[in-house]
Amino acid sequence: MFDLLGVPPQVLFGQLLLGLINGSFYALLSLGLAVIFGMLNVINFAHGALYMIGAFVAWLLLTKLGLGYWWALGLSPLIVGLLGVVLEKTMLSRLYKLDHLYGLLLTFGLALIMEGAFRHFYGVSGQPYPIPDALKGGQNLGFMFLPNYRGWVVVASLIVCFGTWFAIERTRLGAYLRAATENPVLVQAFGINVPVMITATYGFGVALAGLAGVLAAPIYQVSPLMGTNLIIVVFAVVVIGGMGSILGAIVTGLGLGLLEGLTKVFYPEASNIVVFVVMAIVLLIKPAGLFGRER
Amino acid sequence: MLKTLLCGTALLALTAGAAHAQVSNNVIKIGVMNDRSGIYADLAGEGSAIAARLAAEEFGGKIAGAPIEIVVADHQNKADIAANTAREWIDAGNVDVIADVPNSAAALAVQGITKDKKRIFLMSGPGSTDLSGKSCSPYGFHWTYDNYAMAAGTARALVEQGKKNWFFITADYAFGHSLEDETTKMVKQLDGKVAGNVRHPLGTADFSSYLLQAQGSKADVIGLANAGGDATNAVKQASEFGITQSGQSLAGLLLFISDVNALGLQAAQGLLLTTGFYWDTDEQTREWTKKFEAKAGRKPTMVQAGVYSAVRHYLKAVEAVGSDDADKVSAKMRETTVSDMFTKNGKIAANGRMFHDMYLAQVKTPAESKGPWDYYKIVKTIPGEQAFLDPAKSGCPLVK
Repeated sequence: MFDLLGVPPQVLFGQLLLGLINGSFYALLSLGLAVIFGMLNVINFAHGALYMIGAFVAWLLLTKLGLGYWWALGLSPLIVGLLGVVLEKTMLSRLYKLDHLYGLLLTFGLALIMEGAFRHFYGVSGQPYPIPDALKGGQNLGFMFLPNYRGWVVVASLIVCFGTWFAIERTRLGAYLRAATENPVLVQAFGINVPVMITATYGFGVALAGLAGVLAAPIYQVSPLMGTNLIIVVFAVVVIGGMGSILGAIVTGLGLGLLEGLTKVFYPEASNIVVFVVMAIVLLIKPAGLFGRER
Repeated sequence: MLKTLLCGTALLALTAGAAHAQVSNNVIKIGVMNDRSGIYADLAGEGSAIAARLAAEEFGGKIAGAPIEIVVADHQNKADIAANTAREWIDAGNVDVIADVPNSAAALAVQGITKDKKRIFLMSGPGSTDLSGKSCSPYGFHWTYDNYAMAAGTARALVEQGKKNWFFITADYAFGHSLEDETTKMVKQLDGKVAGNVRHPLGTADFSSYLLQAQGSKADVIGLANAGGDATNAVKQASEFGITQSGQSLAGLLLFISDVNALGLQAAQGLLLTTGFYWDTDEQTREWTKKFEAKAGRKPTMVQAGVYSAVRHYLKAVEAVGSDDADKVSAKMRETTVSDMFTKNGKIAANGRMFHDMYLAQVKTPAESKGPWDYYKIVKTIPGEQAFLDPAKSGCPLVK
């Protein structure tokens, strides 16, 4: 067998596959952010906290009500989505006429409050969440052992990502949405209820974060800190992909996951910086992001 | 008339001071500094402050008429914040003693400051052996555990079982490096070898990549030279990737009971670990734990129990010498045997290391455990002299 820069190919394939798994989390989270930014022009800093709440709802459903993973997969995004609707109706909707900065500050504050509250009640060590029985075990791929659950995460998030992309770019409802962001007054004149559509969009965007939280629960500890750790990287992904670009968020999320995987093979110490290095370079060369349009 | 009044006042002030002239600023102020919001907040955090308050309560909250006051701070695992807080506490806040300070990088920063400014430093949280080695201080006391003791307990036990080939997954900062070094030395001393290592940033969520590299190394043992949330995530994901099932052993080189609680016995069962304290050791530890749990709502970790023991020993020395003068108290602490619920005959060596028994424990299976927090089987008690490094070899300049 040939070696690539001293790394055997099976190790390389393994790391690329793992990168793809992490990338699907990035894609799912940055997709939600991109949808919200694209439609509402709000930089949703509470995204990480809502992802954390998604995981906690799954854990609470299991420990308090005995409802397992598959229930959580449906219920948790719904609950987080409803929470998002409440937040949008009561607070965010008041800020649309102001500068972006106000939305950012509000959601950042909300994130701190949510995380603080969960930290107070549940501590930082996290809670264990078991892998559902149907997805236990794994496959020996020759170059690595792939746990079934991680395979499922990749498949599930790819389906959701491309489903969302299709709905927004290729359907009538998506067309209304895109039109409403371009010129809300004109769309309203055609008899379409724009405020309801915007609320629903925010609810859907954060429901995606809740779904990512449920998918993450069996892999990581369900901990109040899990969102903070991830959200900074996800923001970098959105910036690299181009703020508001749906396809950009998906492709960049997966791509950066792969890049991070490669870094972990060749120079692990840099694995948490590499994304930001790429971000700096992209901002220098193409300030609107790889898939973004200059406005 | 004015003169007399002034003289009288001065005299009054003098005599009033005389009752506790030896206690600076008329208050014994203990600063408990640790991580209160990040990945080490459950193993130290507010629990350490509660432990310090329990120690103060045993003295009725005052010594020689001077009240004991406890202040807390969050260093957020950042050495610069730790250093600034320590300076502020000492220069402006009249803090007499700093306690806990998990995260070796933060502790090394505080050790330098307390050494310069002559304040006592009671270290329960940090693990780096440098704190009682080349960076030792006449005022620094390394109390609960250190990385050498972790290696001497867990690594020795595994190598003696014939598991001689090691691979390390190491947290990339002072503590992780030191823990890896100490364990490597111990493994090599016992004719074992190290197949490789990989370093990850503090606060990593996904360990799959590192675990895969460890798996590829074909080592007998994967040593986790990390702590808190990093260690729990690594253990959890190791079982996901079928590492233990395929015959490799996992060694949590520093696992706290809060980590085992977070993992659940299903994921943690069978792990070997070394600890300085287990709440269910004897009547005294159970009794103290009851008091702690009433306030904290959970059982204490060894770090929290160590904070209690260290603060109590400090206060006893202050009481004995009737002063909070760092030189006098430090001398008194060193010549007195530590005897409390944490240890029966703890002795403090010239390098500041407190020698006490350590325990090699194995995590129970869900079937063996009788309920919440019934987690450890004590496999072996390791006497202090075997558990800790000989002070003469520590590299501490204070040891002659």
